[in-house]
Amino acid sequence: MDAVDIARWQFAIVTVYHYFFVPVTIGLSVIVAGFETAWLRHRNPEMLRLTKFFGKLFTINFAIGLVTGIVQEFQFGMNWSDYSRFVGDIFGAPLAIEALLAFFLESTFLGLWIFGWDKLPPKLHAACMWLVGLGTVLSAYFILAANSWMQHPVGYRFNPVTGRAELNDFVAVLTNKVQLVTFPHTITSAYMVGGAFVMAVGLWHLRKPDVGKNASMYRRATRIGAWFTLVSALAVMISGDLQGKIMTEVQPMKMASAEALYDSESSNAPFSLLTIGSLDGSRETFSVKVPSLLSFLATGRFDGPVKGVNELKAQYQKQYGGDATARVFSDSYTPTIPLTYWTFRLMIGLGMVGALIALAVLWSTRRDLIPRHRLWFWAVLATPLLPLFANSFGWIFTETGRQPWLVFGVMTTSHGVSPNVSAGEVWASLITLTLLYAALAVIETKLLFRFIASGAPDFEEPVDPANRDEDAPLVFAY
Amino acid sequence: MELTTVWFILIAVLWTGYFVLEGFDFGVGMLMPVLGRGEQGEVRKRMLLNTIGPVWDGNEVWLLTAGGATFAAFPHWYATMFSGLYLPLLIILVSLIVRALGFDYRGKVDDPTWRQRWDIAIFLGSAVPALLWGVALTNVVMGLPIDAHKEYTGNLFTLLNPVGLLGGVTTVALFLTHGAIFIALKTEGDVRHEARRLSLKLGAVAALLAVVLLVTINVSTGSVASWIASVVAAVALLAGLSAASREREGWAFVGTFVAIGAAVATLFLALFPDVMPSTTNDLFSLTTTNAASTAYTLTIMTWVAAVFTPVVVLYQAWSYWIFRKRISTHHIPATSVGAPH
Repeated sequence: MDAVDIARWQFAIVTVYHYFFVPVTIGLSVIVAGFETAWLRHRNPEMLRLTKFFGKLFTINFAIGLVTGIVQEFQFGMNWSDYSRFVGDIFGAPLAIEALLAFFLESTFLGLWIFGWDKLPPKLHAACMWLVGLGTVLSAYFILAANSWMQHPVGYRFNPVTGRAELNDFVAVLTNKVQLVTFPHTITSAYMVGGAFVMAVGLWHLRKPDVGKNASMYRRATRIGAWFTLVSALAVMISGDLQGKIMTEVQPMKMASAEALYDSESSNAPFSLLTIGSLDGSRETFSVKVPSLLSFLATGRFDGPVKGVNELKAQYQKQYGGDATARVFSDSYTPTIPLTYWTFRLMIGLGMVGALIALAVLWSTRRDLIPRHRLWFWAVLATPLLPLFANSFGWIFTETGRQPWLVFGVMTTSHGVSPNVSAGEVWASLITLTLLYAALAVIETKLLFRFIASGAPDFEEPVDPANRDEDAPLVFAY
Repeated sequence: MELTTVWFILIAVLWTGYFVLEGFDFGVGMLMPVLGRGEQGEVRKRMLLNTIGPVWDGNEVWLLTAGGATFAAFPHWYATMFSGLYLPLLIILVSLIVRALGFDYRGKVDDPTWRQRWDIAIFLGSAVPALLWGVALTNVVMGLPIDAHKEYTGNLFTLLNPVGLLGGVTTVALFLTHGAIFIALKTEGDVRHEARRLSLKLGAVAALLAVVLLVTINVSTGSVASWIASVVAAVALLAGLSAASREREGWAFVGTFVAIGAAVATLFLALFPDVMPSTTNDLFSLTTTNAASTAYTLTIMTWVAAVFTPVVVLYQAWSYWIFRKRISTHHIPATSVGAPH
């Protein structure tokens, strides 16, 4: 492997890893804020207990998302310095705005929330968690604007004097049509993860033989989580469908690769649910096909035409492949097809199974029912992971499906890497970060399970900050 | 004023904000083994952690914002510095990761071995970045081998020169002093007085190191303005220590705060108008002009910064105000609060 490949592996590993924690943070922040607001409105002690319980799980998850996020910001400059030079005028702005608008909001108000239980008036305390939730959404907006620009560069021109891409319409970058569909798709996918997490934790406790008087509380958590998952899943499907059409328009190669469609179809292109055999364009494979579905996904019409990999490849070679030294040159303008094919299916499939389990949970917990069958145990384990991995596969699909482009039509990935960082240095960081992240995954999982197993804390009447004893121990501190 | 100058100043402000704020939480992290000793060691350690608990994360965001702003306003500066300082930055990243998780996770399992491991992570995670940021920034100001393509051509050992190392030791000493005074300001009882007495000794060492470092930098690449900033730093540090000796911790903290701020300002004033001076050839130096983004991008970013920076400073200051009370060992619950019951 050369330095480019190692840098790509590193980016893939640290980004996918970072994104295990991001959707949980985005999703749980608003659910915890909702629990706390419900407590203030209805004074039901269960809601305060759930607030503290999921709040603690939220902070365990947030910590690791935060620290792995620093690596994300630094590695553009560390590993992709030529990319940073070329696009910094455009790409840097949303990143800086994300830090200024979102990161300060999240970190400051989470600090206030964790340590402020006996210092802030109750409503203000709940508002802090809502602000954390707002911070996560703002953060998503700006970083997705940056990513959407790489998928579909707008609002810029190439300056031959400086040899770089330069911004000339910031509003166009923020309202990029790819961004307008990616943002709702990403946020609702994250809410799905948050909902599924709450549902699974609730259900696990609900099914315990000794749940006793806590049953109503955990049933509430389970059902709120399940509803949250289902409603989000619906929004994920709608936004995903819109996204597919925009993607076909701006990156037809990605849609062709998602289906491993080599030859263009003039109408009624089928969509295969699975394929056994190679995906290299040879014909003799077994596959289960749904007629006309690819046409519908790509164009919104069952008889719409879909361009195939071969035609698009020839088109790109003609358009970009003239000069082997140019930053748009590539040996092949085709992504790794088996990767795009399977990640696309896993994204959709895992998400759908997650939504179906949420539906089944709602049915099985209606009235006073408690789902007892032992298969539910596996459902509980799988539920948060299904939408979570669907998120990961979605990102792997959309990023690898753009290859060999780093910025679509403007710069290929091999031209973006840092020229002065040696393969040895990237190996050092790849190995260090991978081992560190693996160790942290073990620690984080262990902690999460311990705290999930210990259940919601007992109810304690909160002390009014105005008349608390100054010498009393502080609550909820390190 | 040129927009590029405005952004140079803004980035200097962000780095200054980072060092004056994270400086004290690095200091607290480094002082945990010293001030968290004795019979009441565990309670003391938790008290120390709780002095910075609500704020360290917000302090660290200044670094993220400085990084993002450098990327947006001076892409070449960001690209050259971050790719050139590859290994030191990797070490800093690893340190910041284990430190932050140490803060958050050490109290969550009631087991001495678990806590001890995270204590080591917190100590190293605070000391190593405190040292390496000093080494890195000093080297940037003094100049690094940079070629005609704006690429750093040195390696890790290029950075470990005497002035660079002096810079690192100085930031460690300054942050230790700053942290000790912060602890004295935020706590009651024995820890407060131990920290205050310790700050005087640490401060004397820091003052000596800082004077040598700042004079070296000023002689090599200084301007009238950078000399003035250095004098401000020295006076503020001495005034702060004097206040500490009179048990006026609030003023002492203002002193070290201004001293670190003025010392960082010295570095940036000495740097201007370069952003990454080249020791290979003056013509290869990155400057505020040749490393900058377009006027269009800088204008947008200026508006965003002008509107939102004051808002951020206000709510962050408000959060410090909320947690203004001193804490004492009796505020710390007997059991490890974070652990499952």
